Amino acid sequence: MTQQIVHFTETASQTGGPYVHIGLAPHQAGFEIFANQFGNVLTKPATKGERIRLEGRVIDGSGTPVRDALLEIWQANAAGKYNHPGDSQAKDIDPTFRGWGRTGCDFDTGEYFFETIKPGAVAGREGKTQAPHIALIVFARGINMGLHTRVYFEDEAAANEADPVLRGIEWEVRRKTLIARRELRNGEVVYRFDIVLRGENETVFFDI
Amino acid sequence: MAIQRYSEFAQRDTDAHAPARTPIYKTSILRSPDNALISNAQSLTEITGPSFRPEEFGPLDNDLIRNFAKDGLPIGERIVVHGFVRDEFGRPVPNALVEVWQANASGRYRHKKDQYLGSLDPNFGGCGRMLTDENGHYVYRTIKPGPYPWRNRVNEWRPAHIHYSLQGDGWVQRLITQMYFEGDTLIPDCPILKTIPTEEQRRGLIALQDRGNFIEADSRAYRFDITLRGRRGSFFENKIV
Repeated sequence: MTQQIVHFTETASQTGGPYVHIGLAPHQAGFEIFANQFGNVLTKPATKGERIRLEGRVIDGSGTPVRDALLEIWQANAAGKYNHPGDSQAKDIDPTFRGWGRTGCDFDTGEYFFETIKPGAVAGREGKTQAPHIALIVFARGINMGLHTRVYFEDEAAANEADPVLRGIEWEVRRKTLIARRELRNGEVVYRFDIVLRGENETVFFDI
Repeated sequence: MAIQRYSEFAQRDTDAHAPARTPIYKTSILRSPDNALISNAQSLTEITGPSFRPEEFGPLDNDLIRNFAKDGLPIGERIVVHGFVRDEFGRPVPNALVEVWQANASGRYRHKKDQYLGSLDPNFGGCGRMLTDENGHYVYRTIKPGPYPWRNRVNEWRPAHIHYSLQGDGWVQRLITQMYFEGDTLIPDCPILKTIPTEEQRRGLIALQDRGNFIEADSRAYRFDITLRGRRGSFFENKIV
């Protein structure tokens, strides 16, 4: 008899369902319970970097906004460093910036937003450099496994052109679905990023 | 040759999960991508993830029996749910964020969009959260949720279940799932559970009655272990940066 490699299979994913807010955003479900809630404001007053608002909607295959989606983002700080011991770059962690936030889409309009900072460029594999980007995951009723995507920035055209992940998308026409549009609104920098789950201009989703 | 501590994670076994488009679960039809997912080699973005500190949590955050109690205890079966969070290579995942949410004993959710006539319980909120300890162990206390009806087919009923959200050490480990209870006769009929392609993986979502951990004259117990993706060894070149 040969010996066996012990390997366990990842627990199967299931949909977050329509009431995902109860557990992950109870205030939005309609009640107060935890003294310290996780939310969509990633910045503190001392956080370094350019303040931005990231906003948009999630759209289904009929063009209808998904009003019960829950979104989370994960990003580097203004210097392009993740607040995690696995980030081996010689850059400083910003102790006031965890780099993570979550929010639900509005039940009426379907709009979501985060208040954060624009991340710096992060090292890519084998000596390459990644363009500034934010990792984003979508959970909702009807979505059996969280959908991973990335948000890039319209005003980083040269860096986007060289980005190894964008270049890895064989269909150039699909790369633009990951570029957020920049606008100035009452002096605030806003990046607009709509996520299309299915159909025309479907957003690129990753198996990471 | 030293093993890199923060290396890539093993690839996800997509055959062990539901596909995105599962017509028996009708909502998935318009909410599933047409295109194949694009598989990426992992970078610092994917192998890192948010971390959480014990002081961010309140003393009752993992006690759903008391964390919303106003003028008495909630009505229903008192249970303790516990288990270990490990990676696919069997290593404990310490300091993982575990968040849970559920209906009350009537099968009614405390959510502004739930209109089911099963009654709300004024002393039950239905959410809790905790960090795993250094052994990857988690524990919380709650009321066993009731099954509830939903519109998929007209007379569809969910088995009793508790929703789980997990964030381990890396962004690729992010997982949302649902836990069911051993012996529930609604389990074989549930289209959401049936989206999972294999019997073994469906069984992996069923908590087992844990007789040895019943608390006399107080609570029954269920055991539910969770497996997250694991970091591979990186014995030679480190290609992450």
